[in-house]
Amino acid sequence: MRAPLLWHFARVAAMNELQHRVNLWVSVVQSMIAIGAGLAVIAVVYAHVDNLSGWSRAELYVVLGVFTAVGGVTRTVIKPSMLQLVEDVRQGTLDYVLTKPVDAQLHVSLRRIHLWRAVDIPVGGALAVWGLGDTPGNLTLTAIGVLAITVLASVVLVYCVLLCLAASAFWFVHVQATLDIFESIFQAARYPVGVYPGWLRIFLSAIVPVGFAVTVPAEALVGRLPPTTLAAVCALAACWLALSRLIWRASLRRYTGASA
Amino acid sequence: MVALLDVYLTNASMYPRSYLQYRVGGLMRAIAFLVEPVVYLVIWTAIAEQRGGEVAGMPTKVIAAYFIVWTLVRTTTAAFTPQGFEWRVQHGYFSYQLVRPLHPIHYDLSFYAGYNITALLTWLPAAALLCVVFRPELHPSGWQVAVFVLAACGAYVLRSILLWLLGMVNFWTTRTSALFELFMVSELLLAGRLVPMDFMPTQVSAVANWLPFYWTFGFPIEVLVLDRDGTTMWRGLAAQVLWIGVCATVLLLVWRRAVRRYTAVGN
Repeated sequence: MRAPLLWHFARVAAMNELQHRVNLWVSVVQSMIAIGAGLAVIAVVYAHVDNLSGWSRAELYVVLGVFTAVGGVTRTVIKPSMLQLVEDVRQGTLDYVLTKPVDAQLHVSLRRIHLWRAVDIPVGGALAVWGLGDTPGNLTLTAIGVLAITVLASVVLVYCVLLCLAASAFWFVHVQATLDIFESIFQAARYPVGVYPGWLRIFLSAIVPVGFAVTVPAEALVGRLPPTTLAAVCALAACWLALSRLIWRASLRRYTGASA
Repeated sequence: MVALLDVYLTNASMYPRSYLQYRVGGLMRAIAFLVEPVVYLVIWTAIAEQRGGEVAGMPTKVIAAYFIVWTLVRTTTAAFTPQGFEWRVQHGYFSYQLVRPLHPIHYDLSFYAGYNITALLTWLPAAALLCVVFRPELHPSGWQVAVFVLAACGAYVLRSILLWLLGMVNFWTTRTSALFELFMVSELLLAGRLVPMDFMPTQVSAVANWLPFYWTFGFPIEVLVLDRDGTTMWRGLAAQVLWIGVCATVLLLVWRRAVRRYTAVGN
């Protein structure tokens, strides 16, 4: 029942985007500029050191690639839908979602797809593979399976964090800035989480686990992911999924549709 | 002139009133501003420690001071963005701004001045916390503080005009996100936003001196944090005035043409 529904939501959102094809080129340019800036940042850092807390320059390219790809997923589906949710709560137009015979969380999470921002996903992937250099031979089937699990866990983590931030609109109404906070914190993920001091590492791994969401798939790619970390990221994703569901339900009880 | 001042004061008082109604939103925005420099601060502190306590001759505590003052400059130079401009053009919002007696940039300049002054209230405790955690070395003289205030005001006006110029491209394209991205990258690399310009290769610093970005960001920070001589400070203030003059002239010339293009898309 849900799979065809998901497909229809995605199809309608994609059809809306396909009307604006020039946006593809805008997204390509934006993606190239972002990658160029990321590479320049790495060049500046490595002009002063040979490695950053044990991460070589090539490995940091892998981190940047994963960061770009996960950011691409976020900007393609998650963030546009969450921005729409915040706006609907403010305007009182969430009524139109709540009165539909479909799970409201599912519906609000897939209503907006900025298809062209998905350009970041292959661009980030290509950069990560390029960063691997001579080591892609290490990518066995098992390693690819582990990578797929970590990427899925990453996307779940980012989605849950953004949903919880967006849900604060039910309490504080005017909270577009909370999504700006996410964007700022997500920038921290362009460096491996191990670079940060203990307090910030805990913050970026568990409280707002965006650092974990990028570093873990990157570690899987460069072959330095311990099995315990893999188990931890899966458990964390499951916990965040349950927590975000609870927060979503509690949030809906606050909704009054005051402006509708 | 008195009427203009009155408009500025009234408009500047609008954001503090809105902030009082949506305090959490304002607080969140202030926190969002602070995350970026904390990341830079942590990374460059780690690099400095790896190199024995300095980068390009700048000790760890001075690097900490640089990025803490960074947060102050970032807070006081927030301005109306091309994304907002894009929204105004796409939704026909300029229609009622154009029938007002003043140039629309006055409303943005005054509104964001109020916005930035309000943001300073949330910056103060955050800066105090950063000082406790990172222990910066910062002992500016009264003279440095006075020049910093002037430089920060100059940086705000120059950055506002630059972003407005970029925003006006929307009259022709109705979309400037890619250009804005390019602006942000230029600011990141050439303004001292990513790192102090002393960390950059000398060629990059030389190019930055001939572009406006550095005068909107790195210059005010360096005035307060680094021991620059009087000539360098005066030259910096003069560069700001020059850039403001050039950009304001271009803005006025382009504005006349831009308004003729305006068709109130979507309204």
